[in-house]
Amino acid sequence: MIPAPFDYAAPRTIDQALAALAEGGEGTKPLAGGQSLIPVLKLRLGSAERLLDLGRIPELRAIRADGDPLVFGAAATHAAIEDSAAVRAACPLFSEVAGRIGDRQIRNRGTLGGSLAHADPAADWPAAVLALEAVLVARGPGKVARSIAAREFFRGLMSTALAPGELLVEVRVRRPGAGGTAYQKVRQSASGFAIAGVAVVLEYGADRVCKRAGVGVTGVADRPYAALAVEKALTGRRLDEATLAAAAALVVEGVKDPLSDLHASGEYRLHLARVHGERALRRAAGLAPA
Amino acid sequence: MKLAVTVNEKAHEHEVEPRLLLVHYLREVLGLTGTHVGCETTLCGACTVLLDGVPVKACTVLAIQADGAKVVTIEGLEKDGVLDAMQQGFWECHGLQCGFCTPGMILAARDLLDRNPHPTEDQVRGGLDGNLCRCTGYQHIVDAVLHAAKKRGASAAPAPSPAATAAPGAGRHA
Ligand SMILES: Cc1cc2nc3c(=O)[nH]c(=O)nc-3n(C[C@H](O)[C@H](O)[C@H](O)COP(=O)(O)OP(=O)(O)OC[C@H]3O[C@@H](n4cnc5c(N)ncnc54)[C@H](O)[C@@H]3O)c2cc1C
Ligand code: FES
Ligand code: FES
Repeated sequence: MIPAPFDYAAPRTIDQALAALAEGGEGTKPLAGGQSLIPVLKLRLGSAERLLDLGRIPELRAIRADGDPLVFGAAATHAAIEDSAAVRAACPLFSEVAGRIGDRQIRNRGTLGGSLAHADPAADWPAAVLALEAVLVARGPGKVARSIAAREFFRGLMSTALAPGELLVEVRVRRPGAGGTAYQKVRQSASGFAIAGVAVVLEYGADRVCKRAGVGVTGVADRPYAALAVEKALTGRRLDEATLAAAAALVVEGVKDPLSDLHASGEYRLHLARVHGERALRRAAGLAPA
Repeated sequence: MKLAVTVNEKAHEHEVEPRLLLVHYLREVLGLTGTHVGCETTLCGACTVLLDGVPVKACTVLAIQADGAKVVTIEGLEKDGVLDAMQQGFWECHGLQCGFCTPGMILAARDLLDRNPHPTEDQVRGGLDGNLCRCTGYQHIVDAVLHAAKKRGASAAPAPSPAATAAPGAGRHA
């Protein structure tokens, strides 16, 4: 499998990349880890006149996990996030999600920003950024940075709020308060993509009253979504067995047309999302598995 | 475009098309056919090489992305006729049948031990989930990795020469 011919450029700064994107127009595509784009080009499902390799822009790869918010460069690899002790301490949900993507070889190349920009409906990162209410920072030619709430970012099947000529440059994650987080997914056994994945952030203190709940769901609908009904059912409530079970039943509330393919029917995905949603909620709430 | 890359400690320069995949560069331009092409779809891991020290699937990296980098293929592990500890482990534990998956398995497994020198059996299985084997049923591969981990732990000295051991299949399963 050999891609159709294209040109290649390797800018060294974000500004150079933005200028090249503006100049090149539609045929110019950013290349991050290439773990989605190169397969697309090889299978000739898509084409590019020119690839702009973001892999040689140091400022895009930085991870700053000592402050609040945590700041991840868009080209930080899944493996770099998985391996960072500082990220594990400050935001274990990010470590957990990173470590469950594909396999190690893919995680060594694939990037956070590439995954979000690609917006595969079964990708893992979207569930995490939705649960954490992250802020995605984009830059376009001549424009100042634009902040996009994760919950406004995913617009449809593999479609996002990024405008043509814009690069995703940064992901900002507010440090979660005291409580717990968890990511549960059922993997498609060949690729690892989620057949259903649920990311949960619960903030609560010694009284176990939920101050904030964030729940992101992937693999189930045409786009990843925040399970607002679950969040509402938990916020302000004591996190006991019954409350969690009732909330988990709402994980797929409002999903009218679930994804359905040879790996799993729509009905089965809805079932898995509820079951694994409950497991994720229980783990985040510190309850033993049911 | 001009590509300058170090492969197995040897510097190379070639004019390449940007679309040339790293695996094709290694096999067809450099003649290093130890890196195999299995699925071509980033699933099987037969094409695994080390790129600046970390395993990647060379069917899903452009050769030009390796410009300025150091690549290690299976051919680069043996030193002066002495197998690397992981190669030796595969030899002694019969960690291969047809051998098609083996180069990728060995490079992925070395990285696994570099990051986690004393893995459990489950961690070995999980850590190699990017590499498929159609022959062995994995058990002997897992044995080989655990064996190599023990040997690596026992001494930092190079593994014994393969000439000193019997035919494949010898060792603990003989
Ligand atoms: C076999 C296999 C298994 C996988 N399993 C999983 C899995 O289990 N879970 C999962 O979530 N993912 C999985 N992936 C996908 C993987 O995580 C990819 O790395 C990721 O989806 C894309 O990231 P990338 O950096 O490789 O982006 P690329 O492939 O380089 O780019 C993807 C798209 O995003 C655009 N883009 C990249 N960066 C930017 C940017 N900064 N700004 C704007 N646009 C940008 C590109 O132009 C392209 O259109 C798998 C992939 C493979 C091949
Ligand atoms: S040939 Fe590269 S992963 Fe199978
Ligand atoms: S030994 Fe034949 S594929 Fe693994």
